Amino acid sequence: MLTMTIKRLATAIPSLLGVVIVTFLLTRALPGDPAAYFAGPAATPQAIQEIRAKLGLDKPLIEQFARYVVDLAHGNLGTSLTTGQPVATELRNRLPASAELTLLGLMVSILIAVPLGILAATKPNSIIDHACRLISTLGVSLPVFFTGLILIYVFYYLTGWAPAPLGRLDVFYTDPPHVTGFFLIDSLIAGQPDTFMAALKQLILPALTLGIFSLAPIARMTRASMLAVLSSDFIRTARASGLSPYTVIITYAFRNAMLPVITTLGMVFSFLLGANVLVEKVFAWPGIGSYAVEALLASDFAPVQGFVLTMAVLYIMLNLFIDVLFGLIDPRVRLEA
Amino acid sequence: MTDLAVTSPHEWNPGALYRQVRYVLGENPITLIAFILFVLIVLAAVFGPHLVPYDPLASNTAEALRPPSAHHWFGTDQLGRDIFSRVVVATRLDFLIAITSVALVFLMGGLAGVAAGFFGGWTDRIVGRIADTIMAFPLFVLAMGIVAALGNTVQNIVIATAIVNFPLYARIARAEASVRREAGFVEAARLSGNSDWRILTFQILPNVLPILVVQMSLTMGYAILNAAGLSFIGLGVRPPTPEWGIMVAEGAQFMVSGEWWNATFPGAALMLAVFCFNLLGDGLRDMIDPRRRT
Repeated sequence: MLTMTIKRLATAIPSLLGVVIVTFLLTRALPGDPAAYFAGPAATPQAIQEIRAKLGLDKPLIEQFARYVVDLAHGNLGTSLTTGQPVATELRNRLPASAELTLLGLMVSILIAVPLGILAATKPNSIIDHACRLISTLGVSLPVFFTGLILIYVFYYLTGWAPAPLGRLDVFYTDPPHVTGFFLIDSLIAGQPDTFMAALKQLILPALTLGIFSLAPIARMTRASMLAVLSSDFIRTARASGLSPYTVIITYAFRNAMLPVITTLGMVFSFLLGANVLVEKVFAWPGIGSYAVEALLASDFAPVQGFVLTMAVLYIMLNLFIDVLFGLIDPRVRLEA
Repeated sequence: MTDLAVTSPHEWNPGALYRQVRYVLGENPITLIAFILFVLIVLAAVFGPHLVPYDPLASNTAEALRPPSAHHWFGTDQLGRDIFSRVVVATRLDFLIAITSVALVFLMGGLAGVAAGFFGGWTDRIVGRIADTIMAFPLFVLAMGIVAALGNTVQNIVIATAIVNFPLYARIARAEASVRREAGFVEAARLSGNSDWRILTFQILPNVLPILVVQMSLTMGYAILNAAGLSFIGLGVRPPTPEWGIMVAEGAQFMVSGEWWNATFPGAALMLAVFCFNLLGDGLRDMIDPRRRT
């Protein structure tokens, strides 16, 4: 098991290297002079020259790349022009907000998609099967920012059930003491049920938006893999032995059908992390996505570069985690390794 | 399974094709609806500017933020522009962005993938490495980074959308080509003295095309979403150009004050277009490649 994990970790190294090279090349592709770009529009020629020397842009490309890697190794992602803060610090401060939202979105998505897929597979070509197909196709067809706006209109403007879509907490509450950065967890640790409820209310709509968008791959894969498992011999035997349909479907079929579903989680995370940017903009969520969008519009490139790199590294780590999890659940994968 | 996949090019048989199309449409009426929608979208894209009642750019502040009525079917926006006209005229731009980016990735990914599958070795390794590197990013995030780096233009949105779809096309084309590399008809072509490139172009490529065309239809929806998402966060298309993503962005602030029609109609148009392409892609796949049906 340990060797498999280590082998799998080693396969992530080329991906990481590729990601670092691409994010480095992205700055090189900037139209015009990167030094003038980083210096901002109001810079004097002398200031631009200083920045060029400071960024090492007068050096050969290989040396610049080496510098970039060394900076990364020291956790230095550059400085934002608009705020003057180091990018790494801002990303670290804002990451928990994004992570909390994304993970809750994933939970919502699994809670809807898995039962839907199972029901569709137990009754193929029934109304619920068509409903499953329709809901998952609708889910990927709805632009995630549009879903968010519709939810805001219905649940904030029309019914007033949800609070104003302005960030992680209503203005009447103060942030819970920082432990994990997740407001739901921190408020419970601090024993503030009011804050917990307030944070949850703010989270529900954006998490639902993310969940609706990303449920399609999970629902489709659950259905397909349940169908495959349900037609296998051991299910026939279990049925013939007189086990109840519930036991057959949940205990026997579902546990086997879950394995391919876990592999689709990689794709789901790609959906979630991308959609996160749009959802954060719609709900004024103070995460790393809205930070990158603000910087993007101000032509402030260092935060964008840091953001792309952070997201890619997170995504590689999540895929790694899924693979290792897969090995833990399915012993056959371990034997192959 | 592989026997089925490794067939020589089908003979062109319009009667059988028609029967199959009718069978698929009959079995699945949703595909028919999607097809009708597709025709409407193409009509709006081609004739849109000639059909609409108002100039999509003409503002009229006296008529600002009016709800839908007989005069303005979809209402008016904050500058008094007719939203119906803007939504219809925007079809062309959104459709063009999606179709050029899909055509671009079809060429790049399809050719690279077929070459990788057919030649193997270094070609395969390089294409595979490029695809893996792109796949290491969450796709929308990479598209954002590319547009930010290349410059904030519509053309770069097209390029970014094509690049993030590259691995999908390259992998499918590679898999299809490598299955056929040792097939009988390829061996026959080689024995009769055809060069590698000739075999690639005339034997392998025609066999891989149907699968890639299905993929094009499936990714059209994603391409529209991706482009609209980028313009929603302020990249690429600029106001006052009518485009669905930017119209939703402009209408977003009015959602909390109750002027729902600003964002809802362009958003619904966007949704219908993507929905149509996704369903059409599923239907096409059932027609061309029934084994992959889920």
